[in-house]
Amino acid sequence: MSPAIRCREITKFFWVKNSGNGIKKRLLPLSGKKKMLTAVNALDLEVPKGEIFGIVGPNGSGKSTLVRLISTLLLPDIGQIEVFGHDVVKQRLRVRRMINRVSVDAAFFKKLSCWENLSYAARLYGVPVREAREKAVEILERFGFHGDRINQPMENLSRGMQQMVAIARAYFTAPILLLLDEPTTGLDPKSKRQVQEFVLQVRENHDSTVLITTHDMDEADRICDRVAIIDRGRFVALDTPENLKSQVRGERKEVSLEDVFMELTGRDWENEE
Amino acid sequence: MSQATAEMKSLYAFVERNFNLVKRYLGWEIVFMVYNIVNALTIGFIGVTQGKETVLYLVVGAMIWGFLSILFHEVSESVSWERWEGTIEYTFMAPVHRFTHLAGMCLYAIIYGIIRTIVLLGAVVIFFSLSLENANFLAALVILVVSSFSFIGLGLIAAVLPLMSPEKGSQATHIFQALLLLISGVYYETSILPSWIRPLSVVSPATYTLRSMRAALLEGRPLAEMLGTLLFLLATGFLLIPLGVFIFHQAEIYAKKSGKLKRSG
Repeated sequence: MSPAIRCREITKFFWVKNSGNGIKKRLLPLSGKKKMLTAVNALDLEVPKGEIFGIVGPNGSGKSTLVRLISTLLLPDIGQIEVFGHDVVKQRLRVRRMINRVSVDAAFFKKLSCWENLSYAARLYGVPVREAREKAVEILERFGFHGDRINQPMENLSRGMQQMVAIARAYFTAPILLLLDEPTTGLDPKSKRQVQEFVLQVRENHDSTVLITTHDMDEADRICDRVAIIDRGRFVALDTPENLKSQVRGERKEVSLEDVFMELTGRDWENEE
Repeated sequence: MSQATAEMKSLYAFVERNFNLVKRYLGWEIVFMVYNIVNALTIGFIGVTQGKETVLYLVVGAMIWGFLSILFHEVSESVSWERWEGTIEYTFMAPVHRFTHLAGMCLYAIIYGIIRTIVLLGAVVIFFSLSLENANFLAALVILVVSSFSFIGLGLIAAVLPLMSPEKGSQATHIFQALLLLISGVYYETSILPSWIRPLSVVSPATYTLRSMRAALLEGRPLAEMLGTLLFLLATGFLLIPLGVFIFHQAEIYAKKSGKLKRSG
């Protein structure tokens, strides 16, 4: 049986403008040379069906690029990605039917109501609108979303609430692979906890595979079956949270994933942030 | 659910979403509508001293240019708009054929454009007490719909600019639109254009739309007399739409290779 995700030697680079210095750049804005930035560097990855797989790493380490490659929003320069045996480039439409993604910034039409955004998503994903509403209400109520809030414009909702709606939207399309790209960044501790509980329930009740990227080492430790630590586009470690910690434990009693990151990369997590 | 039904539902999703946005931005819609009406009236006043036929000639120009601008703008700006809202990645990773996505945007643009044009026509006719007794409204509607295809094709081609260059693409579409205004004989006959520009007016579909629309509304000409022009507009649409879809597809590949699909570009 094909794994949920299989990446072989996946590499993605971008051409970025050299920041250059002052006067020349201002006088000749088009003159700057471009340099190549390798965002994802020859990654191999296999995520079996049903797993919650975490990718942790600082800003700019390649987490979101990898999620975009899997979700057909970027084309790899080298290598191949398969989702349940389907190539994300050649069979992108089949892949898109199996996945959904929640990104760090909840992607909504801010003036439209919560429900108008959700019904748009339901129609795109072929979910009967009534069924979508029932499911959305059920999930949102679980997140403490009551009454007429579903008919309010998204811009009137807090960032945390918008993220809850994004998760409800991803969930009611019944993806067998859920891609969560820093879903809890910027949420208060309570909302964070609710999202984490929900991810665990989705796996439990719906047999979904979840790939989650996060800055939050405790979150990865708490909900992920396995965790990969990514740094400058490469995985520097990949194992269960417990095994990762035992690799660096030594004499210490308490070890966190942050300690693992520092030990393996030789750099301070906070400074990288 | 068959594939065709699923695609039709997705197509409807884009139409419904855009009309929901119109509803939510109602204040702005009223502002734009009032501005369009006042603009058409201002242009109409230029011809008042020369008689009602000149007024009608000018307001038909303003009205058709308004319609074609809406089509062009709605289609070509769809990428910029979604980028601004931050929904571009969500829409582009939905399990929907790109053709369905674009067709949904175009269908909305046609319906929305026709509604606004009818309101505008009604307003100017009442204001100037214009007589449209001789007008052939059926022919006018057919011309409007047939012309839509070629402008949708042009809009699709222009839509790739914001896809390829998030910073400057949107501005470039406005330059393209302004050029069409200059060369297509919106408020004057193309024969008065300098000879070096005139060949451009021959290839602009708007030139033919305006001529045939004036023939239908001012002279009440039947469709049969305009068959040649209509066939030309239809053929242009059939050429430009697949070309637009193809170019859009290539631009999407470029955007996915270079990472320009995301919100910040």
